[in-house]
Amino acid sequence: MNIRLYDLAHARAGDKGNLITVAVIPYEPARYPLLCSALTPERVADHLAERIAGDVVRHRLDNLPALIFVCPRAADDTVTTSLFLDAHGKSLSSALLELEFEVADEGAPATGGA
Amino acid sequence: MSSTQARIGCGAGFAADRIEPAVDLVDRGGLDVIALECLGERTVSLAALRKLSDPRGGYDPMLRKRMSALLEPLNRTGTRLVTNAGAADPVEAARMVRALGAELGVPTTAAAVTGDDVLDRVDLSAPAWEDGAPLESHGEIVSANAYIGADALLPALRGPAPVVIAGRAADPSLFLAPLAHLLDWEADDWERMAAGTLVGHLLECAGQVTGGYFADPGRKPVPGLARLGYPIAEVGRQGGAVITKPPGTGGRVDRMTVAEQLTYEVTDPRAYLTPDVSLDISAVEVSDHGGDRVAVRGARGRNRPQELKVSVGYRAGFRGEGEISYAGRGALDRARLAAEIVRERLGDALPRLRADVVGHSALHGEALAEGAQPYECRLRVAGLAGSQAAAEAVGEEVSALYTSGPAGGGGLRVGTTEVVGVLSTTVPRERVETGVVVFEGNAAE
Repeated sequence: MNIRLYDLAHARAGDKGNLITVAVIPYEPARYPLLCSALTPERVADHLAERIAGDVVRHRLDNLPALIFVCPRAADDTVTTSLFLDAHGKSLSSALLELEFEVADEGAPATGGA
Repeated sequence: MSSTQARIGCGAGFAADRIEPAVDLVDRGGLDVIALECLGERTVSLAALRKLSDPRGGYDPMLRKRMSALLEPLNRTGTRLVTNAGAADPVEAARMVRALGAELGVPTTAAAVTGDDVLDRVDLSAPAWEDGAPLESHGEIVSANAYIGADALLPALRGPAPVVIAGRAADPSLFLAPLAHLLDWEADDWERMAAGTLVGHLLECAGQVTGGYFADPGRKPVPGLARLGYPIAEVGRQGGAVITKPPGTGGRVDRMTVAEQLTYEVTDPRAYLTPDVSLDISAVEVSDHGGDRVAVRGARGRNRPQELKVSVGYRAGFRGEGEISYAGRGALDRARLAAEIVRERLGDALPRLRADVVGHSALHGEALAEGAQPYECRLRVAGLAGSQAAAEAVGEEVSALYTSGPAGGGGLRVGTTEVVGVLSTTVPRERVETGVVVFEGNAAE
């Protein structure tokens, strides 16, 4: 079955220099291994391709657990000189949570937090 | 004068942040220190531009209003304040605070931390981090500010001034410096420097750790967001900390809100570089104690970088923008037609031009918007040009869509703003000389 990242995780995007970061945090730590296998840097780069430029670097924070994706932006698309409506790229957290991927049927979606 | 525990709060996470939560923190937080983080990457460059035309325009334009609300409660509760709202002119900011104190009947000594302005000592032929081209090749340079750290703030904190105002101090350093001062931490005790930097990192965006920038109705609810309380850290001598907020305020502090802020803007979790330390958050443990109390421990630290990061501001031209809305059947097609018309009319005049449909694909592009048919949407055209006149053409052509574009356009907005770009480089530590200028509250102006 297909599952949407939104149903498994929450996310926050940030910017630093000419990089956009997106952190993905599972609602249930038990789902972290699934996120690690589904969210390859290549998959994330492909999904966000219209907003970022180049290779994505993924950092694992096994302790938390969380994944951090570091995304480069085009040379003329710095926060200060960008012509995008969202110059910072802050809304990219929502873009990433739209990503869908295949899971085995036993993996019913978590029902979320709080 | 060391204590076993320090209480520090964050009363602002960016230049335009709300003021009331800071007043509440000082009134009821039982704080030793409140820090206000008010300086983004380009804020200091914009302030440097203002200072060129207005000798008192170099500090944060909201600082006077902020301090008008805070001086009395600071004085009454004996709370100290540390901020980077001095922007391009901390000395003038401290002078203003002293004068404001006299005016309000709350005599206040204010200390300015100087030395971050390195425009006269940075190598402008060096390559920019962003694109490798020489800094000076990007346009007229208007500012260069080094990120100074806790070592620059500590001499001011060792003095009597209750208010300490810096310019481009690194955000976490605004928290680490008072913690090191209160808890007697040594500057080369990397584990403590890391612990204090972690606290600073979690607090520096104010409401972003207490439930701000978090709510997603039905999925991630946040109670009382309109009355969001700003964060407090209770920090022990060993560096362990509890993140919380004033009782009765809105928001939430739990494992989820702390996790989002812990990972925010982190490009390398094993080497988060500040002027004070290289922080490794990979082994940080987050324990949710309930009742809006979350404990964090386990920050690791290594030797601080030998060079300081410098933000260099340059004149990057002018951004012209124009927006107009369409609604009902065919709204998306009419907005797209309008975009094509503007592109054709502007021709090659603006090599850098974007046209996006807000409400559809402006944030993330066409692929994620595929198939959606919004009831209403808004064309947004933005272009960057070397001159104001050239940039204004964008607004002119979007305006012309009223009578010479598709049917039913409404809600026109146009504008042109000067763009200050920011580039990054480094400067050797020994080339940066920081200092303190004190304005005595009881002395004559």
